[in-house]
Amino acid sequence: MWRTATLVATRDETPDARTLVLDVPGWPGHLGGQHVDVRLTAEDGYQATRSYSLAAPVDHDRVEVTVQRVADGEVSPYLTDGLSLGDAVEVRGPAGGWFVWRPGEPGGVLLVAGGSGIVPLMAMIRARRAVGSATPFRLIYSVRSPGERYYAAELDQLADEADGPELAYVYTRSAPAGSNREAARIGAADLPPPGWSRDGEETCFVCGPTSFVEVVAASLVSHGYDPRRIKAERFGPSGQ
Amino acid sequence: MTDDYQDGNALAGPLQEIFAVDLTSAVGRCSHCGLTGAVATLRVYGRAPGLVARCPGCGEVMLRLVQSAHSIWLDLTGTVRLQIPI
Repeated sequence: MWRTATLVATRDETPDARTLVLDVPGWPGHLGGQHVDVRLTAEDGYQATRSYSLAAPVDHDRVEVTVQRVADGEVSPYLTDGLSLGDAVEVRGPAGGWFVWRPGEPGGVLLVAGGSGIVPLMAMIRARRAVGSATPFRLIYSVRSPGERYYAAELDQLADEADGPELAYVYTRSAPAGSNREAARIGAADLPPPGWSRDGEETCFVCGPTSFVEVVAASLVSHGYDPRRIKAERFGPSGQ
Repeated sequence: MTDDYQDGNALAGPLQEIFAVDLTSAVGRCSHCGLTGAVATLRVYGRAPGLVARCPGCGEVMLRLVQSAHSIWLDLTGTVRLQIPI
């Protein structure tokens, strides 16, 4: 079922990524980790559909997605630059019931994000905060440089909260001055072994490009995490 | 086959057009190698006239989903069964 979504606000996260706040009357609500399909229809009837992770819990029929601008993309440049406040697109969802975090589930949660893979994991972090959950959360966020972090101000604020998630960054191209880790791709040493939460067995959510997900999932298995508790979402080539 | 794939999470929206429950959390069994796992863990190739989902263990096709102007085709030849959580 396709619904009409109207753009009501935007926020720039980085020079290449923009959050779109969409008003979707009748939206049934969603869980952190779910996505929405966005459909554009051209005047000649041509249609293009893309999936985007929902970035935040629903707020009075308002849903948020964060779109990374892909220079030669068919859909993302229109969503980030062509869509004006008041313009409408069609959305279908929420979709996906596997890569989701349900508040109240036992066990700590390890989130591992590669680049724009932070979006569905941020939705889980925001959902945790919205319901006042004390579930131990730990985020490892791999990103090229500090300036390419999405939600940077909010993450910095969460890092200062006593019951906020534990945050760690893996910089792959340039690390900030004073960092004790050289810029390099993520590896097993960047990921904590299981048993860190003291709250039952941890569940891992890994989201990023396919190669990133493969490396992280294999490292988590070698650390001893139960493969059945490692959930992955790959951002494939057709996702833009 | 290439590394140009997504995972079964990408099937959630299209399958929503057919089924009342989320099928990506269903556990399927590959008819070729017998591996079981969530539909969300399949490897999905979208550069075809539809979506082709392959077993992450053996690479054989488990599910094909093609939409035409008037119908949706769902081919589950490669899947022995689906266990759907309720």
